[in-house]
Amino acid sequence: MTSARASSATSPRSPLDFPSALRESGVVALVTFGLAFALVGFRAEDVPGGLDIRFRFDEVMAVTAVGFIGRFAWILLRQGRAFPVAVTALPFGAAMVAALLGPLYAPAAKLERFVVFGDLVVNWLLAIFALGFGGRAAWLIWHEASSITPEAREERMDRIGAAIQQASRYVGPLLLGLALALPFMPFADRRLLDIAILVLTYVMLGWGLNIVVGLAGLLDLGYVAFYAVGAYSYALLALHFDLGFWTCLPFAGIMAAFAGILLGFPVLRLRGDYLAIVTLGFGEMVRIILLNWYKFTKGPDGLSGIPRPTFFGLPMTANPPEGTQSFHQFFGLEYSSVDRIIFLYFLILALAMITNLFTLRIRKLPVGRAWEALREDEIACRSLGINPRNTKLTAFAIGAMFGGFGGAFFATRQGFISPESFTFIESAIILSIVVLGGMGSQIGVVFAAILLIGLPEFFRELQQYRMLAFGAAMVTIMVWRPRGLLAHREPTIRLEDARLKSASADSGGQPP
Amino acid sequence: MGYLLQQLINGITLGMIYGLIAIGYTMVYGIIGMINFAHGELFMIAAFISIISFLVLGLAGIGWVPVALLIVLAATMLLTSVYGWALERVAYRPLRHSPRLAALITAIGMSIFLQNYVQLLQGARIKPLQPVISGGFQFFTDGKFTVTLSYLQILIAVLTVALMLVFTWVINRTALGRSQRACQQDLKMASLVGVNVDRTISLTFVIGASLASVAGLMFLLLYGVIDFFIGFLAGIKAFTAAVLGGIGSIPGAMLGGLLIGLIEALWSAYFTVEYKDVAAFSILVLVLVFRPTGLLGKPDIEKV
Repeated sequence: MTSARASSATSPRSPLDFPSALRESGVVALVTFGLAFALVGFRAEDVPGGLDIRFRFDEVMAVTAVGFIGRFAWILLRQGRAFPVAVTALPFGAAMVAALLGPLYAPAAKLERFVVFGDLVVNWLLAIFALGFGGRAAWLIWHEASSITPEAREERMDRIGAAIQQASRYVGPLLLGLALALPFMPFADRRLLDIAILVLTYVMLGWGLNIVVGLAGLLDLGYVAFYAVGAYSYALLALHFDLGFWTCLPFAGIMAAFAGILLGFPVLRLRGDYLAIVTLGFGEMVRIILLNWYKFTKGPDGLSGIPRPTFFGLPMTANPPEGTQSFHQFFGLEYSSVDRIIFLYFLILALAMITNLFTLRIRKLPVGRAWEALREDEIACRSLGINPRNTKLTAFAIGAMFGGFGGAFFATRQGFISPESFTFIESAIILSIVVLGGMGSQIGVVFAAILLIGLPEFFRELQQYRMLAFGAAMVTIMVWRPRGLLAHREPTIRLEDARLKSASADSGGQPP
Repeated sequence: MGYLLQQLINGITLGMIYGLIAIGYTMVYGIIGMINFAHGELFMIAAFISIISFLVLGLAGIGWVPVALLIVLAATMLLTSVYGWALERVAYRPLRHSPRLAALITAIGMSIFLQNYVQLLQGARIKPLQPVISGGFQFFTDGKFTVTLSYLQILIAVLTVALMLVFTWVINRTALGRSQRACQQDLKMASLVGVNVDRTISLTFVIGASLASVAGLMFLLLYGVIDFFIGFLAGIKAFTAAVLGGIGSIPGAMLGGLLIGLIEALWSAYFTVEYKDVAAFSILVLVLVFRPTGLLGKPDIEKV
């Protein structure tokens, strides 16, 4: 490693091929122009009596210029010429930041006329972009090395992933301890707890889907259907039969598992992408039925007034109904509305941990082993006498069951559900949490959920850019690390020591 | 009788739109074996480019419909192709040798990105367009119901057939088509015998995008309203059509599109409009259960 670095630093650089670099940058600029011309350059504005058109050619020009300069900087960096990039990009980025921050601190200086775009967020992006390029260049100068090869980087990330997986024995309990302590931290306000509940909901759903996708290798794009079935089962049972959350929770799980089996039967023969598209269709069907079966589900109006969960029969309200005690009265506490949030937080934490423990344990049971075997090679499994149909059905049913639990929790947390909450995008988010985390990795799901759900929640103010950034992040992470952030797959069991040693001794080879 | 005939006409028109989108899915799937989930968004982007082109032409005072249509068609095909090309270059090429799931997630991410990109730039409200082509023949009447074949429907049919002819010629007769068929059979072998695989895949995306762009324009003309979300459902249905026809098979994609269009139109006419999507998906499930390779697909022989 060190020798490679030294040689690359001392090797004479080939002179920059200026025409080809310009040509490449020009092509990128042309493509950027083509992309931006229609959709950025014109805006179809709603005016009374139809549409009007508004021009934004400045932005097109700016975007094209950014494309050209960015590509040129990238070529320079690729060829190890970090110096010119650093001296231009860093001051530019700093100037942008100054111009953007200027109006806040020194309104008299009128720095805002130096910003490039009309839109604040786009300006910030440009500034961050420039600083990123400049920083990278500076880093390269500092280390006097060309950027490491993708293979080396991939290997390094693999090692980090493996290390985290190895450490999950310690990291897991540590995270759990942190999660348990979170509500009692001084900085834990209502907003943070709400975000934590949301993240944990997705962690639970991710773990549930991980059974289907990560363990059994069945690509499910309609997981939200089971989530919806769970939520509606609880809501309808609670509203029509006056049952409590704890009574309904198992029913919600059973109903969702039943839906899983119902879906599983026709699609078991399908593999890979066919399965994905049918499950997607199934998810949409459930949503459409919920939307249109007005008598049963109240359609787009949704179901409201879904009861809150109780703490062993003690409601978490300020004024309990006549003849009952509420939580704070029973324990002699001051009433606080945060108590209910904390209770919900622990509830979803418990549900998520149950999902996790269940998954960890079932991996060691014959059915769990069969799932993983089925994922690796279906034909081999068949020939070994594993019944693929039943095995897949159990995976579907169990994964769906946890989705149903999650749905029941969602319903009780929101107090209101409508088909709006169960669109395809939810399935996509859950699936991307599983895949981005590294398939089959339990701890990866946690990291991916925090990254994809928790982080954007803090930027609620940038609502309109949130999903844009979400999509971009999905693409970037996958391009950067196609097997997921913490991808590291190791056989669950392997033939250890004794036989290997005897085999190597027989052949006279050195034991590794 | 007249009513049925009218529904058949409507269904075929709709089906041609689905078919044109489905070809993009089936070609990409045939070559690199991935579901290009963002393909529906290309269709949506094309519809937006079309509406913007119409507005700009209206501003420029070019009002004669054939000329306006031609210009819009050319602009839309060109600019949407750039999107198709860039999509492949940015999101899919780096992942060509990665697990398939990675490519699928990238595609979903790209789809979310493009939807929000258009929403951000063009606003979330639906965009209406004044009818560009109106009128039609009333060629059949059975006393109760008059069957109308609008000029627009004729245009869509003619355009689709013309595109299919050109497209078939490209696939069967040109060097590009040959290398594309070679890549479809065996990507590695094709690269060994000197087919420029990267270029072929790029061009496949360009062709797919330009066919989808024509579909986007037709959709805009047919319905007159678009929003940033139309790509999703149209995309799923087109993919359903591609699977129905047998994925990887180009005539199959067209056939599947027509069938999905017909099912949707007939179901809406005789049962409930609300459940027309459920009907399309149910047909998909039935086909996959009883004939997993689709109608015209080749059986997928599994070797150990």
